[in-house]
Parts: sequence; structure tokens; C-alpha cells
Amino acid sequence: MKDFKQLKRNLKKDLSSLPSLKVALLGDSATQLLATALRGEGVERGFHIDLYEAEYNQVERQVLDRTSELYQWGAKYVVVFQSTHKLMERHALLPPDEQRRLADERLAFVRQLCQSVEAHIIYYNYPEIEDTVFGSYANKVEASFTYQVRKLNYELMRLSAEQKNLFICDLAAIQHKMGRDRLFDPAVYVSTELLLSIDALPVVASRTLDVMCALEGQAKKCLILDLDNTLWGGVVGDDGWENLQVGHGLGIGKAFTELQQWVKKLKERGIILAVCSKNDEDKAKEPFEKNPEMVLRLEDIAVFVANWKNKADNIRTIQQVLNIGFDSMVFLDDNPFERNMVRTELPDVTVPELPDDPSLYLEFLYAQNLFETASYSTADSDRTQQYRVAAQRMVAAQAFTNEADFLKSLQMESEVTGFNAFNTPRVAQLSQRSNQFNLRTVRYTEQQIEAIAASPEYVPFAFTLADKFGDNGLIGVIILQRQDATTLFVDTWFMSCRVLKRGMEHFMLNTIVAYAHQHGFRRIVGEYLPTAKNGMVADHYPQLGFVSMEDTATALFALDVEAYQPKECYIKKKR
Amino acid sequence: MNRQDILDKVQDIFRDILDNDDLVLTNESTADDIEEWDSLTHIQLIKAIEKDFSIRFTSREILSWNNVGEMIDSIVVKVKV
Repeated sequence: MKDFKQLKRNLKKDLSSLPSLKVALLGDSATQLLATALRGEGVERGFHIDLYEAEYNQVERQVLDRTSELYQWGAKYVVVFQSTHKLMERHALLPPDEQRRLADERLAFVRQLCQSVEAHIIYYNYPEIEDTVFGSYANKVEASFTYQVRKLNYELMRLSAEQKNLFICDLAAIQHKMGRDRLFDPAVYVSTELLLSIDALPVVASRTLDVMCALEGQAKKCLILDLDNTLWGGVVGDDGWENLQVGHGLGIGKAFTELQQWVKKLKERGIILAVCSKNDEDKAKEPFEKNPEMVLRLEDIAVFVANWKNKADNIRTIQQVLNIGFDSMVFLDDNPFERNMVRTELPDVTVPELPDDPSLYLEFLYAQNLFETASYSTADSDRTQQYRVAAQRMVAAQAFTNEADFLKSLQMESEVTGFNAFNTPRVAQLSQRSNQFNLRTVRYTEQQIEAIAASPEYVPFAFTLADKFGDNGLIGVIILQRQDATTLFVDTWFMSCRVLKRGMEHFMLNTIVAYAHQHGFRRIVGEYLPTAKNGMVADHYPQLGFVSMEDTATALFALDVEAYQPKECYIKKKR
Repeated sequence: MNRQDILDKVQDIFRDILDNDDLVLTNESTADDIEEWDSLTHIQLIKAIEKDFSIRFTSREILSWNNVGEMIDSIVVKVKV
């Protein structure tokens, strides 16, 4: 992690080539250094943060006055830092019989904030100040400051589950990790009103940008694991599967057991696990199959690569099977040589600099916050199964010489629906995660998806895909916008890369043209907005028979509905 | 470490934090003389000096200095102890 000085230097660079993000920062203490750290960390993540920093202590005014600079600025992200210190002052000013309402009062304001501001709100929760007025007895006293702060943090979690534009940045967790005496510098605070120490600022900025990047679709999707001395202690080829250090009996096995438990939780959360190990494959698999102390089993691993080739090449293989970006992969390896090799060859892959001592792995990894996410649905946990199936499908494809025969053999079926309560979280999530097959890269929150479903202006389509190997679940979305009586505009078209080359785009186009035809539309207009990642769909519309429109500011393409001949595809519509 | 050594070290820290390799500090230098030295970089400077000399300033000291010489006075006392 860069220190504050380095973050500040970033601002001297030429930022004009970076995509810009409009952000507003509101705080009840001096926020200038936080603003500098946020902008500097933005550069680290590839963004030019175009920041509006409200004047000192204007949170309420900016939010409650609908004509304030906050609303004029039109930020995509509103970062709000209301401090525990100011809350404590409020607590001190309340008559004792009203102190028990402190948390509720603040919550009412945050609720109002969520309803007034349409942007994503990133709200710091409250690091505790243990004032020891009651000592530990404070736990029994509702009016105590400790009680109210803990209640407030708990209620903020509940509120963020309910308010879809509210994202908590867990400042309390940062304090738990760093310690209060490092997060907060009393001498600096008293002389300046700055609440975060110079050492804490980069950490806070990093955690804040984690939230923004996740909302911008930059989340990590895959964890690639080395085996010997990373996932277990010892070398399986030398020591044998039965003598590895894992579990509570042998050596420092506990460290590896707890690491595996953490990895397993990531997998259950939807992170794809892959193995990349220098080993004979059968030897490498033995511990997973035979050692009862292993937490991870073979079925938890979507792609298992164990051979003697170089790891960068093996990670390229894993990337091809999974069809996700290198920048969404994290590689864990205890060996500095392998780490450096992968960093050099595949600079987009995140390679944490694991400490030498395995007992330090977990606390080190916790501090990295590698897997921030902007959404979660229970369908995520099926992802490993889907990728395992994808690997089987690749093997099956090799057995066919003719692509059409292969596609027919898959017995594919797609269910087409609008947006509903079931698929809304998944649609929002896919809109945030799809980078490559995404024509306009518009990101939607669940709230916005619900609004589209309810609006007569839009016609939404959600597509699933199942085949004889398994169900991929929701894999594609099209949102049409009625432009006028005869024209439909393709506001959104994205698809999961797991189903590329299956004829899905033909099926999707057939579906929307049929809709257009039935409802009297004559023309469908599509637009391609290029990003660093969606080059694969630059020719999407011309390849589907759309004609490039002339004299337009962006790449627009039109399709004549009457003249359209349905495309051949081997996907059946599920009734 | 004598006063001059401390002044030299503090000058290095100022150059690094304020990103100005030509900056020259004397005992009489004040924030008015150095463009980049404002109330916010002041905090960065203090933290860097504290780290470098392994000392801690008090909140009174942070607000009290009128020039670099007075800051050096505070450091001299702490470094001796």
C-alpha cells in the first residue's frame, strides 16, 4: 500500500487520460487530507476522481437543502464521513434521559440522506471510542455512549440492507485492525480537527476505493492457489499426503486449516477457486481425496492445474477455461520466485506478497481486502459447479469435428423472462461484473433494475441457459428502450462470457426482433460504447446484420425489423 | 547530534514532503517564506519529523512555533532525553 506522501504525489501526474469519476465528499471534521488521499488512491486504481469537497461541517445543510452544491455537482458517489467525535459531543449535549435516542436520531438522518441522494452513498460507520464512563457496565446501560455507538453500527448494517444506494465503508473494522491509537492522533486532532492519522489515511482511502471499484465492476472473481506450503505445510511429493501439516495435530497445521476455512468461505460466496501447482497431478490431488484433515475438497476447485510447466502459462490456461479477465484473478503462492514471475508475465493478476511465516498469512490477507463486492446473491455459490461443468464441456467439444454437431449435442434451452423479484439481484450483479461482452457498460443497481421493470418506457429481457451438462442460470440481459412508435433502442446488452460461442447472441437477437415485430416496431438501433475491456463486441452489431448509421457522434447501428431473417441457432426456448 | 545536524535533517524532511529539492531552511524560516508549507502540509511535516527522530510533539508545541528555530528547539530537548 502506498503511503500518504506517495498518494499526494500521484496528483501531480497527468490524469487526463484516466476515466473520470464524479465524487462528493461531506464531513463533519476537516476532510482535506482525506480528500487528497481519496484522489491519490483513485489514481492508483486508474480513475481520475473529480471531487467536490463540501465546506467544513456542512453535512446536514448540503443534504437537506435541495439547491446545495451537492445536488448541483451531480456526483456518482457521495462519500459521507460523520465522526464518532462529533457524535460524542452530541451525546454530551443531550439531557441524560434523551441519550438513549442518540443512535436513532443519527439513523433517521442517514435514512433521509439515502432518500434524498440518488447517487451511491458511501458512509463510514463509527469506530468506537471507549469512554469508560460506565466501564464495562456500559453494556448494560442503554444511554451509555458505547451502547449507542454499537447500536448505531448494527442498525447501519440493517439500513444498508434495506436502502440499496447505501454502502457502508467499514471504518470501525479498519480501527479493529489498526488499533485506535494508530487510527487516531489526539495531538493532531486537537490542533487541526483532523480525525484520521497520516498513517490511517491511505488505508481508509483504499477501503473507500474498494467499494467504488466493486460498484464500477472491478471485483475479483477467482482465487488461484499454490499447494505446497501455501495450502498445506510440507511438500506432498516428498512427504506424502498423510504427512502434510494440516489440521490440529501436526506441526503448524492449524495455520493451514484456518486458511482453508477462509478460502472455502470465499468459494461459498462465489469466488471461483483454481489450483496452480508444480506437482504430478495425481500426487497433488491425493491430499484432497484422502487426507481427512483437508477442509477443501476436489469439488471445491473449478480448475485444477498441476504439472511442471511455468506458472504464468498455467494461469493463462486457467484464464482460457474460465474466460474472465486477468485483472479479476488473485494468485497466492508462498514462493517469491513464482510470485515475481507471474507479476512480470501477467501484470494484471493480483499477487499478494505473502509473509514468510504461514501463521501470518491470514491476518495479512485480511488487511488486503481483496474480495470487496457490490452485490451478493445465493446463486453465487453455484458458480464453481458451473465452471467445473464448463471444463467438462471443453473436453466434450474436442470430440466433435463440426461445431454445429457439438452445439446440437448440448441440447441447450433458454428461459426468457422480464425482470422479477427472483432475478433482479442477479441482473444487477451481472451488470456490474460483465466487462467484455457488454455493449454500453451501463452499471445498474438492484434499485435501478426495479425501476426499469416498472417503467413503461423500457422492455427488459433476462435470459438463462441450461444444457445437458448443467444450468448456467441467468447469463444474458437486454434492455430495450422505446425511442418512438417505430424505433427500439438497445439500452443494454450484456452476456456472461461463460456462454460465448454457443449461439446465444443469435437467440437473443431472434427474441428481441420477434418482440419488435409483434409490437409494430420497424427498427432496432444499437450502440457500441468502447471501454478498455469490451473490444470483443466492437463488431457485434455489424456481424449480426445491423447497418452502421452515418454522421453519428457514437457508433450507432440500425436493423430493419421487416427484412430480418431469424438467425440459425441450436437453443430452444423453454416453455 | 548538534543543532546544525538537526536542522540539516529537518531540511531533508521538508524537501521530501514538500517535493522541493531547492528548499533551504534557516532558523528564521516561517510558513510565510515557503509556499508549500500550509496548515495541512504542516501536519505531514510534523509526523515525518516525529518518525525520523522517534519523538512525539505535544498539541501545544504543534501550534506554538513561530519559526523553524523554535521547532528545532523542541526537537533538541526531546532528542537529548
